Amino acid sequence: MAIFKERQYLRVQVDKEPDDSLWMKCKSCGELVFKRRVRENNNICPKCGDYFFLTAMERIASLVDDGSFEEISKPIVSDDPLGFVDRRPYTERLEESRAKTGLNDALIVGHAMIDGVPIVIAVMDFRFVGGSMGSVMGEQICHGIDAAIELRRPFVLVSSSGGARVQEGLFSLLQMAKTVAARARLADAGLPFISVMTYPTSGGVQASIASLGDVIIAERGAMIGFAGRRVIEQTIAQQELPQDFQTDSFALEHGQIDRVVKREDLRDELVTLLGFFAETVR
Amino acid sequence: MSDERTLDLLEAKIEELRQLNSQDGIDLSCEIRTLERKLERLRRDLFENLSDWERVKTARHPKRPYALDYIERIFTSFYELHGDRISGDDRAIIAGLARLEERRVAVVAQQKGRTTAENKERFFGMPRPQGYRKARRVMTLAAQFGIPVISLIDTPGAYPGLESEEQNIGGAIAESLRTMATLRVPTIAVVIGEGGSGGALAIGAADRVLMLENSIYTVISPEGAAAILWKDKDRVKEAAAALRLTAPHLLSLGLIDGVVPEPLGGAHKDFERTAAALKRELCRQLSELSARPVEERLAARAETYRSIGRFRTVE
Repeated sequence: MAIFKERQYLRVQVDKEPDDSLWMKCKSCGELVFKRRVRENNNICPKCGDYFFLTAMERIASLVDDGSFEEISKPIVSDDPLGFVDRRPYTERLEESRAKTGLNDALIVGHAMIDGVPIVIAVMDFRFVGGSMGSVMGEQICHGIDAAIELRRPFVLVSSSGGARVQEGLFSLLQMAKTVAARARLADAGLPFISVMTYPTSGGVQASIASLGDVIIAERGAMIGFAGRRVIEQTIAQQELPQDFQTDSFALEHGQIDRVVKREDLRDELVTLLGFFAETVR
Repeated sequence: MSDERTLDLLEAKIEELRQLNSQDGIDLSCEIRTLERKLERLRRDLFENLSDWERVKTARHPKRPYALDYIERIFTSFYELHGDRISGDDRAIIAGLARLEERRVAVVAQQKGRTTAENKERFFGMPRPQGYRKARRVMTLAAQFGIPVISLIDTPGAYPGLESEEQNIGGAIAESLRTMATLRVPTIAVVIGEGGSGGALAIGAADRVLMLENSIYTVISPEGAAAILWKDKDRVKEAAAALRLTAPHLLSLGLIDGVVPEPLGGAHKDFERTAAALKRELCRQLSELSARPVEERLAARAETYRSIGRFRTVE
């Protein structure tokens, strides 16, 4: 069932393709495209212009000045506080995600420059348990905000998350309160927070830190919302939901975000915004 | 195994015997005592070994006291305030001014309905954006006059739906959390029934978080977890156990500050006693919080939330 007719996202798992294959198939237009051309093109299909997922590192590379990124993520991993087992142990899911992505969890944070403006940037990686926010992501976001406050830099967060990491139970829910409290301290310090929402920004992430940007920018094709279509249809059956439900244009139309920006223009937008705010930061 | 219905039957039998006893002049007091002891024992067996899923059912018990039942028993001169000043007055959230003994407080609470008509009015206790905006308005108002805030949590979750999303339910929850992080007055949150996800937390990021003994607090309903993680909606018992959503579990995980005991059988067995126990605990916590210097209290709150989470360091 197509939720977003014109802008349905490609769920191409770039990293699942064998490394020696030079070609990949765009699931949107069906064309075989040269893999390197896609990578060089910000993971945008050169044939039809639709977007592939960006990993956190790819996203960072597409936004910050070359060579300026210095990761400051804490060396921490989830401790599986509930000993959670559903059809399989949570520790196994974590292990698999770590192996698949080479990451410790679903967020990378670090120092960087955008057009010479020093910032702290945190970026979610959807491949890691759906970009869900558990104890580790909450801690890394707060760590990033702490660093921004200490160095007096703007904070940029790029979200791509299905919501809370349910395998961590209430620990994950409370990360909403934890990150929001850190965000409030950033405001007290007089530092700007730019929130970039990408596909998807939903659930507990949308209902906390991501929605509290001083300026909120959505990447074209972002899906933004709290409770998804399925939850709504299960809870209050028979509600007719519009075709553009929870799309970028839906969020813009209803006043939830400031702008919708094409992927290729995202860096320029940040340059403009950060340049504007840079004067107040010093 | 006995369940709650067996106990109710036994209770009715004892009552019958008592009436016979007084009417006919036959001395049944010995039998009555024996039965009473048996009832007590069965009840203890049942409720001291409640499974997590049974606690979920107790937390959602249709006869369980709701926010207004506590408000009228705990506070005096409750004065309800209405509306978010923008688009409406959400009846799933009740907000107002009151006194706890002599102290002034503001109360923000989620209210379920007991009848179909009430539930229609109160959306089964599921707040919409205007509800969270009302909560924020009243919390901000309270802080402006140095009045502590007490919130009572009892919701399956925020109301999911087109209208909620159009009016940015996620943003409303986020803003409510931000307000709670910055309120300069003492804040206490109590989960009295269901603490359902972000919709519950939105009014729950307080200095102190308490739970009634048979209430639950969870990131996702057991039904939701069963459907999503187990891909089998019948495995709610496993999901309920895995989520560690009961008050005793959450206390031992260090995620809440206290558990308020309920009468044997659950809060619905004795509204008065439950309310009295909650009132005592609220008074105690509020005295403690109010005695602390503001900056120290705010620093403690910041530290509490900054340190929530479990992770380990790797090389």
